[in-house]
Amino acid sequence: MLKTRVIGCLVIKNNLVVQSIGFKKYLPIGKPEIAVEYLCKWDVDEIVIIDIDATKECRCFDLETLSIISKNCRVPLTVGGGIKSIDDIYTIIRNGADKVCINNAAYQNIDFIKQASSIYGAQCIVVSIDVKRSGEGEYYVYTNNGKDSISKKPEEWAKKLEEFGAGEILLNSIDRDGSKKGFDIEIIKKVSSTVNIPVIALGGAGKFSDFAIGVLEGGASAIAASNIFHFVEHATIIAKSHLTLSDIDVRHESVAQYDHHTFDSNGRLLKLKTLDTQELQFDRFEKEVI
Amino acid sequence: MVDRIKIVIVDYGIGNIKSVATSFSQLGYNAEISNCEKDIKSSDAVVLPGVGAFAEAVSKLKENNLFDVCRQVVLEDKKPFLGICLGMQLIAETSEEGERNNSYTSDGLALFPGKVTRIPVTSEFRLPHIGWNNITIKITEPFLNNVQGDGCFYFVHSYHLECEEKYIAATVNYGGIEVVAAVQKDNIFATQFHPEKSQLNGLRLLRRFTEFVEQSQ
Repeated sequence: MLKTRVIGCLVIKNNLVVQSIGFKKYLPIGKPEIAVEYLCKWDVDEIVIIDIDATKECRCFDLETLSIISKNCRVPLTVGGGIKSIDDIYTIIRNGADKVCINNAAYQNIDFIKQASSIYGAQCIVVSIDVKRSGEGEYYVYTNNGKDSISKKPEEWAKKLEEFGAGEILLNSIDRDGSKKGFDIEIIKKVSSTVNIPVIALGGAGKFSDFAIGVLEGGASAIAASNIFHFVEHATIIAKSHLTLSDIDVRHESVAQYDHHTFDSNGRLLKLKTLDTQELQFDRFEKEVI
Repeated sequence: MVDRIKIVIVDYGIGNIKSVATSFSQLGYNAEISNCEKDIKSSDAVVLPGVGAFAEAVSKLKENNLFDVCRQVVLEDKKPFLGICLGMQLIAETSEEGERNNSYTSDGLALFPGKVTRIPVTSEFRLPHIGWNNITIKITEPFLNNVQGDGCFYFVHSYHLECEEKYIAATVNYGGIEVVAAVQKDNIFATQFHPEKSQLNGLRLLRRFTEFVEQSQ
């Protein structure tokens, strides 16, 4: 059966991985290659890496950084930021990306999506949609890194993108970005029930238990998160354990698994009881030489 | 790096060739990326990677004069061949991938008896089929005998290869349909999934392929 994907999203600013809060505040984390290396070791299913300065500075993702990252990335890598032509896609793919993530260029010229999809195949073209809820509770699409509103409804825009050949939708909530309030289920549900291509939910994960809600209630095909994966050892494995506990099928490859552990109300891992630790059995795993 | 064997990754301009080369280098092989006829003809093994639309890939292969070269080295010289994703579909005789709702077919390399069609899933299942899925292995030797855990590999495709049962090395279930995940015939081995993006199981498979190439020297 197809597994539900847990996707690590890395936001790049000034060549550093940052935590983004409401598309406004940014906290520096560290070098992208280190973040990629750890996510890969921790059973992440895919990595999306987006340079949020690129569009503004009229350039693409830094190719040198991309080459370093892709060397150690053994899971699919989606790269975004400033992509606006077929040549850009060519260069990004050549330097080690498997898919590209397009945002602004799709609004400027939707035919670009059609053209890209006919050359690279729909599976290679991910389009991200940034949404914000208005005071009246209506959702609208925003461009330019959350600055400009375009009067489009996310579900209608997603449908149009599907028609023009987009392979996946990365749905990001501006209000929930860095808020730790959990995913915006309402809009995830609206978009995922309108289109027939996979929808990746992003923005707002504050607890590891939020992931399951995005899948079960929102109907997302994959769950992405960014900030929550920093600072916690085995973060993506713990997120997957929560999904397993909610009977969602995920891929476990690492020896480390937390399905049998207990968590507190915030979804954090609880320390094992003394009795349990006494019964722990230590297995030695030889490093496999492939 | 060992250079006991020369693996050439066919570069037709749109594939994600770098990931494939990186995987081979992690196994200690210096796979060469090339679109040059001479390199492909002098190689010990040929790898045709994926990403792209079928018709576009065929026309790129023809543009770079690689179409006939690929046919020759696989069919006549019998060099070990590994097709990945689109590379697996390209070996088929025909494909219906093209403009949507347009009933045209384009011709593939025809290295392998089969045709490529859109996966006929019902509307509740999304296409493309993207993500990790566990395969059911039909032919273990020599490529799939070291797949561990529940055999998860990374898939990303909307079309699938249809061929005779006896060539199917592995299948994957999506939306109740048994989709061909890997095929094997003589010197040809091809996978719909991406071994270069499937973490350890992918590397294990590629190791089996390099061993196969060494043995066929």
